Formats: sequence, C-alpha cells, structure tokens
Amino acid sequence: MPEMDVSYVAYLARLELSATEKQKISAQLKDILSYVAKLNELDVSKVEPTAHATPLTNVLRKDEVRPSVERGRILKNAPDNARDLFIVPKIVE
Amino acid sequence: MSLHALTIHELRDKLRRGDVSAREATQAVLDRIAAVDDKLKAYLWLNPDDALAQAEAVDRAGIAKNGKLLGGIPVAIKDVINVDGQPCTCASKILKGYISVYDAFVIKRLREAGAVLLGRTNMDEFAMGSSTENSSWGVTRNPWDFDRIPGGSSGGSAAAVASDEAIAALGSDTGGSIRQPAAVCGCVGLKPTYGRVSRYGLVAFASSLDQIGPLTKTAADSALMLGVLAGHDASDSTSVPQPVPDYTAALGQGIKGLRVGLPKEYFIEGMDREIDAAVRAAVKKLAELGAEVVEISLPHTQYAVAVYYLIATAEASANLARFDGVRYGLRIPGKDPIEMYGKTRGAGFGPEVKRRIILGTYALSAGYYDAYYLRAQKVRTLIRRDFEQAFTKCDAIVTPTSPTAAFKVGEKTDDPLQMYLSDIFTISVNLAGNCGVSVPCGFTTKPKLPIGLQILGKAFGEETILRVAHAYEQATGWHKDKPNL
Repeated sequence: MPEMDVSYVAYLARLELSATEKQKISAQLKDILSYVAKLNELDVSKVEPTAHATPLTNVLRKDEVRPSVERGRILKNAPDNARDLFIVPKIVE
Repeated sequence: MSLHALTIHELRDKLRRGDVSAREATQAVLDRIAAVDDKLKAYLWLNPDDALAQAEAVDRAGIAKNGKLLGGIPVAIKDVINVDGQPCTCASKILKGYISVYDAFVIKRLREAGAVLLGRTNMDEFAMGSSTENSSWGVTRNPWDFDRIPGGSSGGSAAAVASDEAIAALGSDTGGSIRQPAAVCGCVGLKPTYGRVSRYGLVAFASSLDQIGPLTKTAADSALMLGVLAGHDASDSTSVPQPVPDYTAALGQGIKGLRVGLPKEYFIEGMDREIDAAVRAAVKKLAELGAEVVEISLPHTQYAVAVYYLIATAEASANLARFDGVRYGLRIPGKDPIEMYGKTRGAGFGPEVKRRIILGTYALSAGYYDAYYLRAQKVRTLIRRDFEQAFTKCDAIVTPTSPTAAFKVGEKTDDPLQMYLSDIFTISVNLAGNCGVSVPCGFTTKPKLPIGLQILGKAFGEETILRVAHAYEQATGWHKDKPNL
C-alpha cells in the first residue's frame, strides 16, 4: 500500500496540522488503512455501489419563494460582518 | 416515586389527571439535574428559567383538555440538533457561541406535542466517537460507575435518561450512537429506518447514515416518541413519504409466532462471556414468549467496520467543509481565505474529527477513490443484500448491542481502531438503512454494568422491533433497576 502523504491530504482538506499531529495521524491511519484493506478480499466487479439507503429518486418540489430566517439573526453568528455581508480576507489582488 | 423517576407514560397520566402541573414536573427534573449532574456532566447547557416558562405555557393551555402526546414532558436534546435561540456546538470548539436560528423538524414536532425542552446534552464532537470522550467540553460519566464512559456519541442523552435527569431525550445515530450508549447506560435507544425521521436541523456528520431517534426509559415510551418524531418533511429530500403507523397500538400484540433470527456472525469468539450469556438468556426468554428462533447468516458482517469508516469519513469530510470561519463559529485570521480556513479548522477541530477528515479526504482523493470509497460502496450493497436475505427467513434479528459493557475512561483513547471496533454490532444497520433498538437485558456482575439487547428490523419495521422490545421488557423488568447516585 502506498504511504499516505498527510501534508498533501491536509492541504486538500484545508486543515492545518502541527508536525506532531501529522506524525500521530500518519501512524494511526496506517493501522486503519491496513485494516480496511480487508475489503480487497471480496470480488465486487459485478456489484453496483450503494450511495444511500432510501428508495427515493429525483425528489422535486415547486420552485417557490418561501420565508427564510431573518438576515440579521444569521449575521449575528458570523465572526465578522458589515453592511449585511460576511467579511473575509482579500481574495483577489 | 419521585416525579423525575417516572416514564413518559407514568408522568403523562399524572399530568392529565391534574395530580401535578407541568411546572412541578419540570422543576422536579431540574432539581434532579442540580443534585446529580456535577457527578455526571450529561448536560452542556441548561436554562431553567426558559424550561419553566415553557412548562407554564403548557399548564396555561391546559394539558388535560388538549390531550397532546407529550404535554408537559421534560425532554433533553443532543447538542447536534438545532433548537431556535439555544446554543448548538456539536461539542466542538469550532462552534463555540453559536446560537441556532431555527428549529429542527423534530424540535417543531416536540413543541407541537407539548414537550418541555430542557437543555443540551454532551456528545462526541460532531457525533464522532463511541465514548463521549471526544467532547471539547469534558467527559460525561456513566451513571453506574463514574470511572466509566457513558458510550457515544449520544452519551449525554443516555446518561441523562438513565439517571432520571430527563424523562426522555433525543440522540442521533450514524453507526450506533443512540443504541450503544443506551446499552451501556441501561436505557432504551431507537434508531429509526433511514428516511423515517427528518434530518432537517440535524448538523450533518454522514448524510447517508445519520438518523435522529429517541432515548427513553421503556419501549412503550420509545414507541410514543417515534410517533411524534416520524413523518414526511419536504425540507429533507431523503425523508420518505410513508404513512406513520400507531406504534403504541402495535405493542400489545405480543410476539407469538414471530420469527426471531440469530445471526451466527454476531456470536463470536472473544466476546465478553457475561454479555454472551445475557443475550442468550434473552433469546430463550423470547422463545418462552412464543417467538420462533431461527439461525440466520449475515455473511459480510466482518467487513462492516471497514466499509463504515470509509463511507462515514468520506461524507464527513464533505459535510464538515462548511466550518471554515466565514459564516459562523470560530475564525483564526489569515492573510488570505485559504490560510484562514486552514488555521481556523486546525484550531477548532479536535483530534478525532481531524483524523476522520484526513481519512475521508484521502478516500475521496484522485487515485484512491476507486480503491477505497467506491469499493466500500459496493461492499455496502453486499451488506444490504445480507439483510434482505435474512429478512426472508425472520421478522426481527436479535444480537448484542455492544461486545463489551462500559469501558473505563481513557481505556481506548490512544487506539482509534479499537474504539471503532466497539461499534461492530451496530453499524451494519446504518449501512443497510433499516431500523434497530437496544433494550436492557441484564447486568455484568463485578462491577454491575448494564447490558443491551439489540433488536433489528426491516426498513420501516419499527412496529415489529418495538413489539419485541416491549414484550421482553414486560417479561423481565431489567429497566426498573436504577443506578445508585
């Protein structure tokens, strides 16, 4: 099995990890990945995947305007906001 | 008996007769919390004034007159379900200070039924864990032994119900998070069929597996609660528009002639001897009550933990992407959004959540998707087929809920794989999407700790498993044994 590059995966997940955390997670995931490798024992070439267990497909509803939560209450939970907007660091130079 | 020690049915009778008011009942439970929660730490947040105000409103409306199903019944809510105006942190630092801005569907249902919402119960962070040790706000203790875990992830809800700090509670179950804590704390925990109860307002962990369900003192209370919670909700596209039967009416039918299946894969070498004996005794009891016991096989059981930890973590890595420091919760500043996301998530999530995000991101990443995620989804199909096959031979399946009784705090925290394997009997049902309930079926001897019997049903087979649970409970009475606090 290939060694997992924890730094790269952490970057994909936008998750900053300390060197100690990376080391620990790397060792623990090695155990877990060698455990899940037991799935390779099975021949699944003719099996369809299950994405979810509901019997439903294409659940549609009318595209209508409905009342929503008051904007001010939502913004109250934001770390930073002004003029009815979420404030974030500069994105475009 | 003190009011806090009553079941929903017992307290409801008193309320309807006018023997007690909703305010008195709520005050009794608040007094109980004040007396014992320092030892247990089941609650993360409580607002006694608000709970009493809700109770007074119920009293003013007249309980006896309106006949609401839960009029004046104090209920505790797991900290992963939104209650308008109350905190919802999922026991995570990343959501510290977050106040919900709407009611979950199940909360609307509880309010309509007249329930009094007591407060927020502790859990593993984002419902990831089997011991409640992954909470950012401290460990909840098992009411039977304070050195032991209450199970997880709905450990606070289970401990609260088992110690009479709530008449009933809500939990969520992604891989056993209602049934396993119910088993190790000694109460009844029901995971409904996927789609039976709306997930609207439940903070998502693994969307194809999550279900909300009740933790109660008896099977009859579980049936009553499910009747309130179940039903179609247009706000959850996976909510199934299936009629809701009268679960309580089904209880009285007994289990004569019902076929109960014993999966040989669930009675394995190395299982705790006392658990094995208690479950076998329970099966004998079911046979005495008229059930026909048949041996069945769920051949892919041994793959369930591996499938679960790939699918659940993959879904979690996507669901938890929303916690990025922009719209709510913690923010650690950075020079650009990418740095801000990384720092915020690095500081806000605990070790287990980080581990699962990494595993899930890896399982979904280019080059590994087919080998891990897709393969897991295919084996999930095999696990579903196992159940379909088994249910052609039986009406319900009986197993232990957990391979061990409550373990000690700290015993498994350094070995995530061992912790994951403690879910071995509960996770298949989430993968297959059908229903399951755990009921008390005895105790270990030294120390005295509760043992749970798991009863699994077909999709939308809750009436059947609750019937079995109720018949067993009536014939044994384990649920009457309470921890000495």
